[in-house]
Amino acid sequence: MRRGNIIKLVALVLLVAVAVGLSIKPLVDPEKGILLGLDLRGGVHLVLQAEPNEDGTPITRDDIDKAKAIIEKRVNDLGVSEPIVQADYNKNRIVIDLAGVTDPDKAVDILKTTAKLTFRDPQGNIVLEGDDLKDAKGGQGQQQGYVVNLTFSSEGAKKFGDITTQLVGQRLGVYLDDDLLTNPTVNTPILNGQAEITGYGTLEDAANHAVLMRSGSLPVSMSISEKRQVGASLGVDSLNRSINAGLYGLIFIFVFMLAFYRIPGAVANFSLFVYGLIVLWIFWMFRVVLTLPGIAGFILSVGMAVDFNIIIYERIKEEIRAGKSLRAGVESGFSRAFITVIDAHVTTLIAALTLFYFGTGAIQGFALTLGVGIVVTLFTGITFTRQVLRWIVGISPKMNPTWFGVRRDV
Amino acid sequence: MKTGHPETNDGVKKIHPLYFNIMKRRYWWFALSLLVLIPGVISLLMQGLNLGIDFKGGSMLDITFNKPVTQAAISDTMKSVGLEGPVQLSNGDTSALIRTEALEEEKRNELLKALQTNVGELDKDSLRDDKVGPAMGQELTRNALWALLIATVLMIGYITIRFQFVFAISAILALLHDVLVVVGVFSLFQWEIDSTFVAAVLTVFGYSINDTVIIFDRIRENEGKMKRADSYEDMMDKSVWQTMRRSINTSLTVLIALLSIFILGGESTKLFSLAMLIGVFTGSYSSLFIASPILLEMKKRMKKLRRGGKAVRV
Repeated sequence: MRRGNIIKLVALVLLVAVAVGLSIKPLVDPEKGILLGLDLRGGVHLVLQAEPNEDGTPITRDDIDKAKAIIEKRVNDLGVSEPIVQADYNKNRIVIDLAGVTDPDKAVDILKTTAKLTFRDPQGNIVLEGDDLKDAKGGQGQQQGYVVNLTFSSEGAKKFGDITTQLVGQRLGVYLDDDLLTNPTVNTPILNGQAEITGYGTLEDAANHAVLMRSGSLPVSMSISEKRQVGASLGVDSLNRSINAGLYGLIFIFVFMLAFYRIPGAVANFSLFVYGLIVLWIFWMFRVVLTLPGIAGFILSVGMAVDFNIIIYERIKEEIRAGKSLRAGVESGFSRAFITVIDAHVTTLIAALTLFYFGTGAIQGFALTLGVGIVVTLFTGITFTRQVLRWIVGISPKMNPTWFGVRRDV
Repeated sequence: MKTGHPETNDGVKKIHPLYFNIMKRRYWWFALSLLVLIPGVISLLMQGLNLGIDFKGGSMLDITFNKPVTQAAISDTMKSVGLEGPVQLSNGDTSALIRTEALEEEKRNELLKALQTNVGELDKDSLRDDKVGPAMGQELTRNALWALLIATVLMIGYITIRFQFVFAISAILALLHDVLVVVGVFSLFQWEIDSTFVAAVLTVFGYSINDTVIIFDRIRENEGKMKRADSYEDMMDKSVWQTMRRSINTSLTVLIALLSIFILGGESTKLFSLAMLIGVFTGSYSSLFIASPILLEMKKRMKKLRRGGKAVRV
């Protein structure tokens, strides 16, 4: 009995140590690890609000869907790892989250452009519209510099052929709404629907223009009603500080629990590792995006996890003081503490669920981490902590109660 | 299995050298709370809260320069592009926090360009730039308030089922007390609140109710074991003291974790963690000194009502 329990405990410690060791890398992997919100790694959050149409026609679900598809296309061209584009049909909004985008300014620049693409002759008459353009790509020019290659639809190709025939030697302006995007000169008539705009200094410039031309115009005019932009190094700074602060906080909790509760304190610290591991893996599995308010929820849940342990140990102490043996004290302490904790946790869980259901953005992030934390606290408490404590008190019936922080004399 | 609590009040006193009767002094605690609550509420009514752009809309730019800059240089530059608003310098005058009306992208870029040429080289990677349209801010507040209201109703329902209605009302009153203290203090000192403040208040909301229910659980347990001659007041006092170690230890661990975030967490989380610190401290305090005394008051009144207004010893 005695040796068996010690072996089990040692095996468990090793198992958890290995699990922690193996988890660090996949969890903090910048690509596939736990997702960090833009406040922790930089990026842009945009809410685009569809403006009411000038002629008074209502904005349809279809309009928003189309706008969303076009914006998604633009977002994908930005090369962000996990962009989020959501449509809110009730409020005619599109919400875009680009955490980790390297150049937020550029992203906003490309996304905010909601204009209609047109080709105009030197007199300013619209000769061709964006609908006729099938594709636009940035690329290397045949001679030097970079170009945008345009491909027109079959109908567009015909129109474009006529226009370029008329305008040889003149300029053909490419406009987004009333803003001139580029103003190339027509060198020769282009009849096959394949045009090339030359003269770009960098591939990036060419590619940016290509995105704007390709994604065409949005069906509704949209304005930025909310923007949150965080520079990359600022986000990283916040993350490092939070981790640093969390680490010191944890170290204190560990020391405190050890000093106050001795053996059970060590068990609590051990359980906290298991708790943290489970919570972080759940975040990873469900692609939970961790933000600063989310971290607050997580800290609160760590506090509750520690609280569960404290409640149990205080109860065990009470039971032992009342004359129970260690083993009986652990059993009755656990079952009684569980009733205590379940009511408190269910109450808080109700709050977390309501906030998650009715809240938005930051509130949801907070509620989610808190809710997950509470459920996992209960789970690790009644399975893991309890079993470990049982094994420990099973080692020897003559264990000294002072190891459990109990003073027999009082 | 017997899970009794043989401790009498004397037993409790022996374990806690600093024992004092909490219930008997309940009007002291009410007075102490009012001392904090009343100025806060007056301040809330008189000057309200210092709402950040998250609530009232606007643009906020947090710019880091490569060299120390002056406030005048930034203000002048803002004026040159037709903008005005408060400027706050920090980090050895290398960081500037600019608040102004909600800027269109063109205007924002114009401002940044002007700052770059007139004030000094700025670090693009450390830029923080928030823009909130006025409608969005109202939505945030409305959503949060609705969510809190619904959560409160549901929690009252749950506590009523598991405990009694008076327990639920006492817990919610204590909760309201905690939230009011945090909001009141922020109004009093005119600290700016943003959307993370809402998260902080929510944290307090979650913590406070949890903390209170733990103590109520002990009262519920001891209530069941009361003998006819026992006074309710003594039983509650005993219950609060029986859970005292746990209350202190738990709030200590949570407060220290928050304190380390407050000290080490950097500028962006300062007010956020401060709100949580105040809230968690108040939440721990109110669980011991407000929630249970309110419950006692209500129990006493109910008993009087039940006995047809005749005063009884409780």
